[in-house]
Amino acid sequence: MTIEFFMLLAVFLAVLLATVRPLGRYFAWIMDGRPAWGPLAALETRLLRLCGVDDSEMDWRHYALGLLIFSLIGTLIVYALQRLQLWLPLNPQHFGAVTPDSSFNTAISFVTNTNWQGYAGESTMSYLTQMLGLAVQNFLSAASGIAVAFVLIRAFARHSTRLLGNFWKDTYRITAYALLPISFVLALVLVSQGVIQNFLAYQNVTTLEPTSYTTPKLDAAGQPVKGADGQVINETVVVPQQTIAMGPVASQEAIKELGTNGGGFFNANSAHPYENPNALTNFLEMLAVPLIPAALVYTFGFAIGDTRQGWALLAAMVLVFAVAVTLLAAAEHQGNPAIGALGVDQAHTALQSGGNMEGKETRFGIAASVLFDAVTTTTSCGAVNSMIDSYTPLGGMVPMALIQLGETIFGGVGSGLTGMLVFALVAVFIGGLMVGRTPEYVGKKIESFDMKMVSIAVLLMPILVLVGTAFAAVLPVGLAGLANPGAHGFSEMLYAFTSAANNNGSAFAGLSANTPFYNGLLGVAMLFGRFWVMVPILALAGSLAAKKRIPAGSGTMPTHGAMFISLLIGTLLLVGALNFFPAWALGPIVEQLSPLASH
Amino acid sequence: MKHVRPALSLFVLLTVLTGLIYPLVVTGVAQVLFPWRANGSLLAVDGRPVGSALIGQNFTSPGDFWGRPSATSPYPDNAQASSGSNLGPTNPALIDAVKARIAALRAADPDNHAPIPVDLVTASGSGLDPQISLAAAYYQADRVARARHLPLAEVKALIAKTARQPWLNLFGTPRVNVLELNLALNALRAEHLD
Repeated sequence: MTIEFFMLLAVFLAVLLATVRPLGRYFAWIMDGRPAWGPLAALETRLLRLCGVDDSEMDWRHYALGLLIFSLIGTLIVYALQRLQLWLPLNPQHFGAVTPDSSFNTAISFVTNTNWQGYAGESTMSYLTQMLGLAVQNFLSAASGIAVAFVLIRAFARHSTRLLGNFWKDTYRITAYALLPISFVLALVLVSQGVIQNFLAYQNVTTLEPTSYTTPKLDAAGQPVKGADGQVINETVVVPQQTIAMGPVASQEAIKELGTNGGGFFNANSAHPYENPNALTNFLEMLAVPLIPAALVYTFGFAIGDTRQGWALLAAMVLVFAVAVTLLAAAEHQGNPAIGALGVDQAHTALQSGGNMEGKETRFGIAASVLFDAVTTTTSCGAVNSMIDSYTPLGGMVPMALIQLGETIFGGVGSGLTGMLVFALVAVFIGGLMVGRTPEYVGKKIESFDMKMVSIAVLLMPILVLVGTAFAAVLPVGLAGLANPGAHGFSEMLYAFTSAANNNGSAFAGLSANTPFYNGLLGVAMLFGRFWVMVPILALAGSLAAKKRIPAGSGTMPTHGAMFISLLIGTLLLVGALNFFPAWALGPIVEQLSPLASH
Repeated sequence: MKHVRPALSLFVLLTVLTGLIYPLVVTGVAQVLFPWRANGSLLAVDGRPVGSALIGQNFTSPGDFWGRPSATSPYPDNAQASSGSNLGPTNPALIDAVKARIAALRAADPDNHAPIPVDLVTASGSGLDPQISLAAAYYQADRVARARHLPLAEVKALIAKTARQPWLNLFGTPRVNVLELNLALNALRAEHLD
């Protein structure tokens, strides 16, 4: 643990919290649908009319239907772009069609805001697929997540109504007034620091030293040549050049973080120097991730006329986050005992970051690596600037547990707020049971139907994760993909299903997940994890909006003080631990206790 | 199905806006304001491109500074296949790889008994890390000076000149760019020959 880490954490939280109020109010303005500055308002009216959008509001069923149709179109287009990219423009490396199962997985992955990646970007996707398929969904999946949060906010703010907003108008306004302008500025700052933005073919350079490597000799049919003794013959290949992947990276990088998407242009994601060249870009990319999720919590409090309610939820998020990331930093600063035993210097000094550096970049060291990965796993972003598969066992467990809390600590754009509100309802429900009163939250009575929807939203994810992991762990096709033996291999599978069902997208990336088995099963987990949570939440919104607003009485539990914040955190941790503790025990905990680690 | 028309037309509209206009405008502005960086921060010697300031290269000769080990496939520092090793901390394959890297460093510099800085024996996350820690650079200074027949002080001065320190003690780590350092060494040799 170092002073640098605590300073970085403090500055990060201070800057983030300073943006909450102004940006939260801005989102309230977007949500209210009030006209923008002259020409923009005229443009909005004309474009929406051109699209056949009428100005009327929808009930929750129509809102959900619009969202599902919109997502279905997106899925089909992303699938088609991947399958047809060979015949489409902007494909300088002439990449062929992506396989059907991988295309299916990736299409769902980007439409559900997961951005799980079974493929390696720079050797699979054409510039057109990246730009017109994947990056577009980075915008639209983020917009639909925020739209659902708008609906739930309206449900609490309104009373005795069925009307909850217009999905098309919300989607347009979120994209045009928030996501696009912020992304544009961020993209240009990223380019100024070295993130690339071009349409060039991959560049060949002559390296200072040639690289040579041995590889099995292949015959004309691509089969290894065998000698008289039946052994494979190896040959030495000398590579005098480096071929450097290019592309329109910065524009995609900006929305990848801002929309909590996380799908990297390159295989190494934000560890790649062209996605994240220095400590400043790292800080900005980190900041962009929880920017909107944190602001929307304020929007909620602002819209219901009691900002204390928003601050209470935000306080719970910040507290859990700060403790978790500190644990993570402590684990990684310790370094790897097995490597330390070989006489390697892992100490933190003025000349090196030290710590567990396998899978981490020199320019980030431990502090900026763990903070980045904690930010992207608490939110549904899932970008990484260091390889979680190579974290220490307890270090790797922290990101996994953060996702398994349902991504409510900041969470995804929109889905984080709705997830946290769902847990707030669970907390007041438990509180109500203790004192024997009907639970209420910010002026709404919480009744049987509401709790049913809440239960579906809370319980679906653990079912997907645990059942999916169980299948992978007993089927040979599941075990075939593991990169590491033993308990660590189990963690790889558990992490994959955790990531998919929570629409996170980060990975213990050693798992070879680009197989029909994993592409299919993880695709289904992502689909259910997104829409089978969103639809119950919209139904909950419909029920809440129809209720009258009841004034707070003497028996109402206040939901803005330290008592409620503790109850909320307790509920979150209790549900998470009850669901996942046995699985943690089989993976990261047993690995930490294994003989090699305790050398 | 009154939702189908708005769904289709809004999808087309937003695709054009976010998938074409946005990246093309960013590209246009970037190419005007920051052309060198937007095109990959490529470095040239005598007009010939020799690499990127942001992409690591593989160095194995004793006279060059070595960079971070790279787990890209099929050869190290493959800049069209970025990747980490993804080996878990208790995986015997990781420990074997670290042992092999230690052996290579010791073989190239048998008299150096200092503890080896951890970033010299662990694979980077991208496989393309362009930098090493200052500790890793100073660890190699003696070997490089001997192989190039340069005074040790001159090599150390070059490291100090190329080094980057954390900004405000907050952003970044003490580090040095390996390609820039080796290019500076080559330039130094050219100077000596003159």
